[in-house]
Amino acid sequence: MNTATAQGLQVMTAQDVAKMVMNNEELFILDVRNESDFNDWKIEGESIEIINIPYFDLLDGVDPALSKIPESKKVLVVCAKEGSSKFVGEQIVEAGRANVFYLQGGMKTWSEHLEPVKVGDLKAGGELYQFVRIGKGCLSYMIISNGEAAVIDTVRMTSVFDDFAKSHQAKIKHTMDTHLHADHISGGKQLADRVGATYWLPPKDAEEVTFLYNKLEEGQDITVGNTTVKIHPIYSPGHTIGSTSFIVDDRYLLTGDILFVESIGRPDLAGKAEDWVGDLRQTLYDRFAKLSMDLEVLPAHFGKVSELGEQGKVSARLGDLFKQNPGLQIHDEQEFRRTVTENLPPQPNAYQEIRQTNMGKMKPTEDEQQEMEIGPNRCAVHDK
Amino acid sequence: MQADKVIDAKGLACPMPIVKTKKAMDELGSGQILEVHATDKGAKNDLAAWAKSSGHELLEDREEDGALKFWIKKG
Repeated sequence: MNTATAQGLQVMTAQDVAKMVMNNEELFILDVRNESDFNDWKIEGESIEIINIPYFDLLDGVDPALSKIPESKKVLVVCAKEGSSKFVGEQIVEAGRANVFYLQGGMKTWSEHLEPVKVGDLKAGGELYQFVRIGKGCLSYMIISNGEAAVIDTVRMTSVFDDFAKSHQAKIKHTMDTHLHADHISGGKQLADRVGATYWLPPKDAEEVTFLYNKLEEGQDITVGNTTVKIHPIYSPGHTIGSTSFIVDDRYLLTGDILFVESIGRPDLAGKAEDWVGDLRQTLYDRFAKLSMDLEVLPAHFGKVSELGEQGKVSARLGDLFKQNPGLQIHDEQEFRRTVTENLPPQPNAYQEIRQTNMGKMKPTEDEQQEMEIGPNRCAVHDK
Repeated sequence: MQADKVIDAKGLACPMPIVKTKKAMDELGSGQILEVHATDKGAKNDLAAWAKSSGHELLEDREEDGALKFWIKKG
């Protein structure tokens, strides 16, 4: 974080910022993107103060910004890629300010950063990790036991998982997706192909996929590390018709996009909200209600930074969610139907194209993939 | 559309397309039209927002020959 350039403008990486968010360190952010991009999506954190002044309003000088920038805090200038943040940041330094940084790679890199957080140890040895994609709100998981690993809801930055498994002396044997994602491009198939693992997808979500996959079905347990860890799939439709949750080690419930910490999954992203409302309700109010209330819920997304707990971990006890999660308190069926089909937040950016890509029907370039994934995940009904 | 001036900002990343556009615009008179060619995808939202905040009018934009083209009328 201390690589000063000749002008005194310093670099902050996405990892630096992620750590600051997770540790609640104070930071002042000047976001110089245009107003609509800023309003759509920005860096958030409990101890982050952020303002927006587009860089094109600062071309004649940064005076309009200086009076708004506190002298006592670290100042981070942020833009879409990084060019404009350097341009503005250098002028702020020239105006005599210290502790000025720009975000390396801008919001594009922020969107891709993954931070591994240990969830806990497994009974027969091994660990469960959550990978927090803090800029987009995606959560992936890795189960490691006895030299083997399984990755759940892999995002497209697959080398992170590859490297992490290697550094824990584990070989990735399985990758599975809880459902066909609409907000981000899955890396599950690509990672499985590269490391020689098996890729699993619920068959009801895979009717149109163009590649080979293993059918993820209830009752067919998957084991990691010579049967020491059991991954038990449970059919839990509603966000998609194939959505499947996992009970890992009889202790963790990986809910995919059905149940989040502060919300529930939206049923409309495949265009079938009306048809799937009943499934969603049955999964949440009937199937999940019969599970052990002591299970630790680990979702595939978070919508707000308030959902980040200790060390950035996103999780909650199932019993607590039945008491507190707004999506689990709607006892009237008609009211539930209205809540999950009307007044929903906007859809995730490029969600139709992302679904096509995850089916193998579209093959966008790396740049196009970055572009498609810009913005928040918006998979929950309360993500406004 | 007939432009009074054309600038080429192809291959340039933010903030340069707008820096060049602004410079060219400063040399035009009110009501004259500037045509801008760019390849940075971010230029689209940024030029529209910049034109609005600076009192110019974005008359048209379209993708042509692998470039984003904009026609902006000076306010």
